[in-house]
Amino acid sequence: MADKPLSGITVVDFSQFLSGPYTGLRLADLGARVVKIENPRGGDLCRRLYISNVEIEGDSSLFHAINRNKMSFCVDLKDERERLPLVRLLEKADVVIQNFRPGVIERLGFGYEDVRRINPRIVYGSISGYGTEGPLAEAPGQDLLVQSLTGLARLGEEDGEAPMAYGLAVADMSAGALLAEGILAALVRRSIAGQGALVEVSLLESTLDLMQEALADAPVGALAAKPDGLPAEAPVAGAAGAFRAESGPLPAERPDLAPAEMFRAESGSESAKAPDVAQAEIYRPESGFESVKAPDVAPAGIYRTGDSYIAIGRGAPLFALGRAIGWFDAEERVLAPAGSRAAQPGIRERLQSKFGERTTAEWLASIEQAGIPCSEVLDWPNLLKHDGFRALEMIQTVRRASGATLAALRCPIRIDGKRLTSATGSPGIGEHNTAILRELEGR
Amino acid sequence: MKLLEDLLVLDFSQFMAGPFAAMRLSDLGARVIKVERSEGGDASRGLTLSNLKVDGDSTVFHAMNRNKESYAANLKDPDDLRKVIRLIEQADVLIENFRPGTMAKFGLDYASVRELNPRLVYASITGYGAEGPWKDKPGQDLLVQALSGIPWLNGNADQPPVPFGLSVVDMFTSANTVQGILAALIRRGRTGEGGLVETSLMEAALDLQFEVLTTHLNDGGQLPQRSRISGAHAYLGAPYGIYATRDGYLALAMGSVVRLGELLGCEPLTRYPNPSSWFDERDEIKEILASHLRSRPTGEWLALLEPADYWCAEVRTMEEALGHEGVRELDIVIEVSRRNGAKLRTTRCPIRVDGQRLGNEVAAPSLGEDTAAVDREFGLAR
Repeated sequence: MADKPLSGITVVDFSQFLSGPYTGLRLADLGARVVKIENPRGGDLCRRLYISNVEIEGDSSLFHAINRNKMSFCVDLKDERERLPLVRLLEKADVVIQNFRPGVIERLGFGYEDVRRINPRIVYGSISGYGTEGPLAEAPGQDLLVQSLTGLARLGEEDGEAPMAYGLAVADMSAGALLAEGILAALVRRSIAGQGALVEVSLLESTLDLMQEALADAPVGALAAKPDGLPAEAPVAGAAGAFRAESGPLPAERPDLAPAEMFRAESGSESAKAPDVAQAEIYRPESGFESVKAPDVAPAGIYRTGDSYIAIGRGAPLFALGRAIGWFDAEERVLAPAGSRAAQPGIRERLQSKFGERTTAEWLASIEQAGIPCSEVLDWPNLLKHDGFRALEMIQTVRRASGATLAALRCPIRIDGKRLTSATGSPGIGEHNTAILRELEGR
Repeated sequence: MKLLEDLLVLDFSQFMAGPFAAMRLSDLGARVIKVERSEGGDASRGLTLSNLKVDGDSTVFHAMNRNKESYAANLKDPDDLRKVIRLIEQADVLIENFRPGTMAKFGLDYASVRELNPRLVYASITGYGAEGPWKDKPGQDLLVQALSGIPWLNGNADQPPVPFGLSVVDMFTSANTVQGILAALIRRGRTGEGGLVETSLMEAALDLQFEVLTTHLNDGGQLPQRSRISGAHAYLGAPYGIYATRDGYLALAMGSVVRLGELLGCEPLTRYPNPSSWFDERDEIKEILASHLRSRPTGEWLALLEPADYWCAEVRTMEEALGHEGVRELDIVIEVSRRNGAKLRTTRCPIRVDGQRLGNEVAAPSLGEDTAAVDREFGLAR
């Protein structure tokens, strides 16, 4: 695309590791020019954060994935002479990104107030671990620790699961995505009103934002903490989770049937598209189970089959699923596990043992036919050769100045029907110093 | 602090990815009118997986639709459709997440709408893109996860693939959509023209894995190897993980195994001086650590590790987290009200602008709450 949406925008990126650099990557893919500011003592620490034996020209595969399509300007921030060109770069910049621990960038002389004096139109994006003040401000802003401190890792506990961290850096990525949103919104305002802005996000708040659904279902005590830091008294019967209906004329509604715990783990949404999606209605049993008034939903999740695995989507009606997998005969009498209602304990185990009887393909044929959301469970090799994946054209090859190439993913957004791609790989430390200095000198 | 003041967003979407994107735009200052079918509205109003409703709507609906207006319309009714088209003519942004082709049936696809309003930024969210063999599959978070490889990154080696318990893919699809819309608005400021922004759940699921998937694409196709115990990241070495203590759980991030052994008084760990062994002998090291950590309560371990700046944390429940002083100081919980007085608590937008927290007190609308007012304001009533 000749004219990407952010073409003409320059981003000066002081950040390291994942959260801030993920913001920079997105802005770069949307068309901005992103200049990484790196120190001469090894640059971004992520260059040396290895997760495998893949090393390309001295840098980890992580670094390459996160920093493709960026420039590198190497500056010793502690050297007055070296700072001068950086100041001149900031004069021309539109956006700054930083993710040091609170106070560090100010000590280096490039806090928001400093940069704003240099360039009043600057949109300055800042990521902290836990906010810039308060008792957690100094705690290390590391993804797993944030998952642990927010309760994310223990959300499955009500279903008897041990704590489980999410195996991806969702706290970092959520903060990085939010920062991109805030920066872009501030650029929209700047284009109208001319003023810059300070945009701040934290890993902690971003992770809580990701937990929105769970919070919506939280017991009432969870969001009503008392000043002493302890959760408030025991949940009030019939209260509506995080959304406590306090003084509204209409009390919270709570059906008598269907204990909340039966849906907790998978509580959440469907992104089904059609307006005709109310599956609970479609599958309401016409006969048998007339006593079941509340939503009769099978536990969503992944089950082992005779040869691999199958995923049953959220909101799948248990009655229809039971029919599709042969729990009932033609008269809809129960053939297998008596009274198979999700509300009964052990339903997941019983579904599991049933799914073990046949292969994934066999199950998919009968379950899909019944219109129940389900799918196979792909690993990466099978994903990568799947026509559905290929149709997305998600992989692009990027090239470094040296000619070294790397297979990378592209930006997940399309604009005007076109995929946002860029063949530029990650930079070496200081690779663009000469070009940037020349540009600043107007040559 | 209204970065997006005076922008009008029409939200035709349902469930999560679309509505959440529209809500973020609203938090950032835009005016959002939710266009809902007259019969029942957004299907997520009734999606009560927890069986909790407030003032007639599910808590999930409330969480995703704060600070919006609701305009009820039956798109199959020519009069209603005409009104909706006149709204679109005056809008800056439109968001929809119907199955591919649905908007076209009403003549509201991008190509048609662009004729009416060339400045419109039109965002379309699908499950798997608008073409290809998956295009008609249900675009549901868990199923997309299952197809994307994500569940092979969670849990321990002896477990089946484990999906995320939260609709993380929906949330990131939403973020991608907001980014695309805002970038297109920036371009509109320069060129005067709107544009089409397309995102999908599958592309978001792949982007979420971009670090490890890039590694896989370049390491000869090796598969992620989950730990036997305390699995937290299939690609990170010991001690990365969550461990049971005598009274709870402790999380340990990246760090020196030797130093950890010294701090915890666990001599066997000091026998792994070579950092590459923290990867190659990850599970052996983690087993030593796991049995050592069970002997004392979390607080005692933290007292040894925190003063040394070792990356560690107590693993809290959500209730404990929200009750913690460090979280409460952020004022992440806000109270919102409906016009009828029903009050709800939810979380605010996590972005701050110029030091100000974004948020206001307006709750999700009841179905069609603003239809008459919007008709009047935009001159839609005949």
